[in-house]
Amino acid sequence: MLSLKEKDSPIVRKLLDAGCCARCVLRFCCVGVTLHPPHPLSFKYSLSFLSEADGEQSHGAAEQTQTEDPPCKKLKLDSAPVGQDGSSEASAAHTEPNVQSEICVACLGVLQDFCDLSYTKQYSIMFYCFLLCIREKSMCLDKEDVVQVKDAFKWAIQGMVGKELGTPVLTNSLFEVSVGFTHPETEADCHFLATTCSDCFKPTKNKAVSALWCSHFLHYPCPPVRPASKCTPLDTTCLHTSVFIAGRYNKFSRELPQTPWVIDGERRMEGSVEELIADPLLSSFRADGFNFSSSGREDVDVRTLGNGRPFAMELLNPHRAKFNGAEVRQLQEVINASSDKIRVRDLQIVTRDAMGRMKEGEEEKTKSYSALIWTKKAITNSDLDFIANIKELKIDQKTPLRVLHRRPLAVRQRVIHSMSASYLDTHHFRLQLHTQAGTYIKEFVHGDFGRTKPNLCALMESEVDILELDVEDSVYVPLPTTLDDL
Amino acid sequence: MEEAEKKAPSVTDRYYTRWYKTDMKGKPCEDHCILQHSNRICVITLAESHPILQNGRKIKSINYRISDGCSRLNNKVSGKSKRGGQFLTEFAPLCRITCTDNIEYTIFSCIRGRLLEVNEDILKQPDLLLEKPSTEGYIAVILPKLEESKSITNGLLTRQQYEEVVSKRTAQQPKPCRDQP
Repeated sequence: MLSLKEKDSPIVRKLLDAGCCARCVLRFCCVGVTLHPPHPLSFKYSLSFLSEADGEQSHGAAEQTQTEDPPCKKLKLDSAPVGQDGSSEASAAHTEPNVQSEICVACLGVLQDFCDLSYTKQYSIMFYCFLLCIREKSMCLDKEDVVQVKDAFKWAIQGMVGKELGTPVLTNSLFEVSVGFTHPETEADCHFLATTCSDCFKPTKNKAVSALWCSHFLHYPCPPVRPASKCTPLDTTCLHTSVFIAGRYNKFSRELPQTPWVIDGERRMEGSVEELIADPLLSSFRADGFNFSSSGREDVDVRTLGNGRPFAMELLNPHRAKFNGAEVRQLQEVINASSDKIRVRDLQIVTRDAMGRMKEGEEEKTKSYSALIWTKKAITNSDLDFIANIKELKIDQKTPLRVLHRRPLAVRQRVIHSMSASYLDTHHFRLQLHTQAGTYIKEFVHGDFGRTKPNLCALMESEVDILELDVEDSVYVPLPTTLDDL
Repeated sequence: MEEAEKKAPSVTDRYYTRWYKTDMKGKPCEDHCILQHSNRICVITLAESHPILQNGRKIKSINYRISDGCSRLNNKVSGKSKRGGQFLTEFAPLCRITCTDNIEYTIFSCIRGRLLEVNEDILKQPDLLLEKPSTEGYIAVILPKLEESKSITNGLLTRQQYEEVVSKRTAQQPKPCRDQP
């Protein structure tokens, strides 16, 4: 079970002297990498191993610099003042029991006290601790196969936790428990990162550690300074992986924004499509929050008819995640019954990549619209004939003034694939359009101070305006798949 | 269905508020109309009472080069925050318009803000300015600072106040401002 070998003993000696706990000694010697999780008993076993080995070479430990390691293992050793002379060697043999009571220099106590049974009631599968990364890096450069603190921690306690909770422990579980530790005493260690490599320090601290060259760590004391206190555990948090739900929505109201309309903290219009869909889902899944994504969007005053617009929603930390087909259909009915302003169809649970696929190929799609047009000049039926003959009309649209405050100024070329018109009366007609995605229909109709060219005013040789706009058939997206209607 | 007789509110009516600056720089009747969108963007146009728009006058030239060192045509903005746009104060000239009778008029910014664009279509088609001064014949688009978006209208007249000014003029003089150089 234990693979500490004789050749390991000088390393073991150095690590113990530097102030490592027994579990960290095992980690640095890569014990347990290929084996099953180290049994807690092995900790005691290693102690006895050390005392035996120590007995054999009581005088041979005066080497200051390199120990003769096999090529795959290299320890960076500094002329650290921590007792390397013969006197402490001899006394170290007798101070082994004391190693446990001191706080480990490498894991700051995580693998010492916090692996005891009393703590296991709080912990489980996932573990993250940043500070320990630096300390490990400095103690063993160029050594990729050292067991990480978090892995050793997991191995030590996950069996115990699984037993407590009565659940199996899996590496790929939907439910993760995060355990964090803080150690204010060593926060200064991070400042070392800022001074040696200020560029990489900004994004995330973890990246900074890996980006640094090994040579930078020469400036970091090795072995690290012994901590005076062990680290404190933070609150354990539990998180269930997000559930993704997708569908298509219709919007029947001309006074409903897609997402909440808030300016300067003030709500400008009540309700939104996203909230009407999310509210029943949040309560059924007992989720903490959501992210809404859709394939395009429409203005407040525009209806979405036809098949509906595809959307996907990520439900964060759902406390209930399993729903069968009938239950999902039931959810759809709840949403539809809650408001006559929207309707949802094809509601289904999907995977994470459905969210990303919503935005896919937005530029290449064709959209269909229906508009109610007012004309200043009086028209007859025949005045509309030319409209049906327009095919693949290229238009140049400067960024509309109504969105220019939050979009860059640019000219966008778009294509009106085809149109058809239905006469209503001398000043009104209905216009159907098939256009390239991203076309501003309203601006194509009224011209936006002539900044969209050509526009319907120019084509009709009259001032025209758009009174109503509806989105008809929406974009074809592979998901959500169309389900049979009830 | 709306009847033809009832005038439907235009795009401008629906989304913009009309503000006016009359007798710009003390010059009689040189009135400007500022169309302010609800998103704070402003479009500078000639008010219908401006001399250029009276009595069938024609435009000889429009010049956006307002000084040796500055042409409004060189204005370039980039990005969402519209970096690079020339910052204007109320009396910054936008362009100079010369009519066929050789009278030259300067059109001014009227508000503080960043110049986003000037209308280059009127360079090629000056009639746009005469026929559709409030839409396709606009002069410029300006983006006021966010914190100033409400205060920029402090020195301007509302539509109602403007109409009062104009009606006072016609009461005093039967043919106001026509022959003013």
